[in-house]
Amino acid sequence: MFEIKNIDVHYGVIHALKNVSLTVEDGAIVTLIGANGAGKTTTLRTASGLKKPTSGEIWLDGRNITNTSAQERVKMGISHVPEGRRVFSAMTVLENLELGAYLRRDKDGIAKDLKMVYERFPILADRRKQLAGTLSGGEQQMLAIGRALMSRPKILFLDEPSMGLAPLLVQEIFNIIKDINQAGTTILLIEQNASMALQIAHYAYVMETGSIVLSGTGTDLMESEDIKKAYLGG
Amino acid sequence: MEQFLQQIVNGISLGSIYALIALGYTMVYGIIKLINFAHSDVYMLGAFVGYFCMTTLRLNFFLSLLASMAFCTVLGVVIEKVAYKPLRNSTRIAALITAIGVSLFLQYTTMAITGPDVRSYPAMSGFLAQSVSLGSIRITMQQIIILAVTIVLMVVLQFIVKKTRIGRAMRAVSLDQDAAELMGININATISFTFALGSALAGAAGILVGVYYNSINPLMGTLPGLKAFVAAVFGGIGLIPGAMIGGYFIGIVEVLVSGYGNSMYRDAVVFAILILILIIKPAGLLGKNVREKV
Repeated sequence: MFEIKNIDVHYGVIHALKNVSLTVEDGAIVTLIGANGAGKTTTLRTASGLKKPTSGEIWLDGRNITNTSAQERVKMGISHVPEGRRVFSAMTVLENLELGAYLRRDKDGIAKDLKMVYERFPILADRRKQLAGTLSGGEQQMLAIGRALMSRPKILFLDEPSMGLAPLLVQEIFNIIKDINQAGTTILLIEQNASMALQIAHYAYVMETGSIVLSGTGTDLMESEDIKKAYLGG
Repeated sequence: MEQFLQQIVNGISLGSIYALIALGYTMVYGIIKLINFAHSDVYMLGAFVGYFCMTTLRLNFFLSLLASMAFCTVLGVVIEKVAYKPLRNSTRIAALITAIGVSLFLQYTTMAITGPDVRSYPAMSGFLAQSVSLGSIRITMQQIIILAVTIVLMVVLQFIVKKTRIGRAMRAVSLDQDAAELMGININATISFTFALGSALAGAAGILVGVYYNSINPLMGTLPGLKAFVAAVFGGIGLIPGAMIGGYFIGIVEVLVSGYGNSMYRDAVVFAILILILIIKPAGLLGKNVREKV
């Protein structure tokens, strides 16, 4: 179980997150939705250790990990697909995937997972020698997800995986997320595409200007009048 | 024609030294976007350590080379930890001014210890004092050693950067520090390693220049350092092959200007090249603007 407990985060004088708490049960897909600038990405960056909270705690499997580095959190089974893909553009697809397994030493296991990623994303196998910067946006997103899977995470953080993709590809990415979850990986998903996210999520949180304002199961939120008005265009 | 070839031979020797120094500038810039002006003084100290190894300790050339590389490796890491790491999240201008401060500190500390006098490297003897003649072109054993050492170091460097785990981490950190951190790469260790590698090459350049030109002094680093910086910018700052090409280009240009024009103009020509690159192709010969896909 992954938990964020009452965190506050500041960027200089800007109070970016105010008393944010959320829980991700093992095996679930949990989504965090909200408008641009609500603090979703900051929440995820704090969760993976890129940003330190000014107060509050972060727990993984009953252990307080607030003061651990991003590197240690990768070792503990957290993997983060950052906003905007952030693939290593001047490196090949294969090198990107190998970097995903940077902390692992089990050669056989890495080879197995590489095969698994290639089976899930056949296009990456075809392009393994190509520089990541030459891939299309959708392919880069697949590479970013594949790279994150190479650390064999217990929990996967996804920051706007559908951003900038064509509708057909968005559907494909969401199917992939469901598949990955069904294969046993817990998922914390940030999305602006609220309707898609709520459809696949077991539980959802809604964020506004740095605070969680609402939470509930995906279905509950989809039926809520407020949510329909604010996020689902209805 | 023969004079021209002779000049090219000399230019390659000088260019090797610039290339070795330029690699350190470019790697450090690539990873933390800092022009490490203290790098030229690491090179100077490499020359001094080599000098003391060969005179006081009476070590042979190759052991002295290894000793000055080892000394500079440690020095580079210490400089990074003490001077630059605390400023990692400060403005770039703060780090740049600190680099100039470290440079002056190293120059004048060295001067306080060794005195300001020019010292002469011991003359090479035996095998190392020989030379080869091809027609009327004379290639000294020193020139051959400079080139050989440079090539070996560049091959080793390419191997480390392209094929090893730490090399892959270096490239990842230079491309995207946050993403590298999310892979579990230890950013601080990777930056330290980059300083270590660059400084080792500067140490090698220092002792090679001592052997080649015979004289060293505590302020010797400044001008070659600036020229190596020009070489790095010429090739495309942050790019390892760019620094190699840039180093040889600047070395050969400088020697040709001295040989055919007037040696008083050689520094001016090098810096004129810098101005031209910055006007015509600021990203350097091999540099390109990477387009971001959304």
